[in-house]
Amino acid sequence: MNTQVQTASISGLSVSQRLIAGVLALFLGLVLVGGVGFASDMAIHNGAHDTRHALGFPCH
Amino acid sequence: MKLFQRIFFAAVLAGLAAGLAMSAVQQWRVAPLILAAEAFENAEAPAVAEHSHDAGTPEHAHEAAAPAHEHDENAWAPQDGAERIFYTVLANLLGSIGFAFVLAAVSVLSGIEITARNGVIWGIGGFVALQLAPAFGLPPELPGMPAADLVPRQVWWVGTAVATGAGMLAIAKLRNWTGIVIAAVLILAPHVIGAPQLSGDHASAVPANLATSFAAASLATGALFWLLVGPLFGWLNERFARSPAFALKGAHA
Repeated sequence: MNTQVQTASISGLSVSQRLIAGVLALFLGLVLVGGVGFASDMAIHNGAHDTRHALGFPCH
Repeated sequence: MKLFQRIFFAAVLAGLAAGLAMSAVQQWRVAPLILAAEAFENAEAPAVAEHSHDAGTPEHAHEAAAPAHEHDENAWAPQDGAERIFYTVLANLLGSIGFAFVLAAVSVLSGIEITARNGVIWGIGGFVALQLAPAFGLPPELPGMPAADLVPRQVWWVGTAVATGAGMLAIAKLRNWTGIVIAAVLILAPHVIGAPQLSGDHASAVPANLATSFAAASLATGALFWLLVGPLFGWLNERFARSPAFALKGAHA
């Protein structure tokens, strides 16, 4: 039961645990959003073209 | 690593589900406007050459910012139809998962949990930071609409998203007047600085009714995504937290 109580919250975790998970997630998120929205490679630009326009990224 | 596994699966699933819903509405209401605008974009090229204001035409601005423009015949591009829709949906889903990761990262790093109940607030926050605030300075643009150089607009877009998100986070964390003042400064600053604009008058080849419909449909579709992804992520996050597979074994795990 004791562990059950702790599982629901991230506030009980150490700063380093949160830092590692948070930085990893941030890195993945920025790579994905950056690749879809900002990569200058023309093949990526053309494939993601409509997504960039539809989501309001500056496209060209 | 239990915490990372938990937010990883929650972000992937929430991003996929919300991204699929957004893709459906986007293909229904947004994509047809992009295709309609492209007819004007392509028709515009010879017409512009006849005019005398070459220096400011969007084609030239494009070339300065991105030498290999989308009209570059050498670059790969999906065929119109099923292939184009496939890549658009793929890009939507990857971007959606990416947005969910960013949401998760902000939550974990700031120490504010995303739950099923407060997820809608997180969704509104994501929408304001990543769509509404950038659109306030750089309205969603259709192909063929004249715009300033690409790189300065991208820089302004990213700066606005980060400043707006940080401003909202300041209110959420500090919950006092200092937080509100910091937020006001951060949220207003990009608009006081101003988004990169083309100087002078530049008539758009795209009809105004297409452009206004597109801007509204784009923001509405984005709002749908964010209002889904926030609560979905929160719900999955809570579910996974209760599941033994993702149990965080206290502070020593």
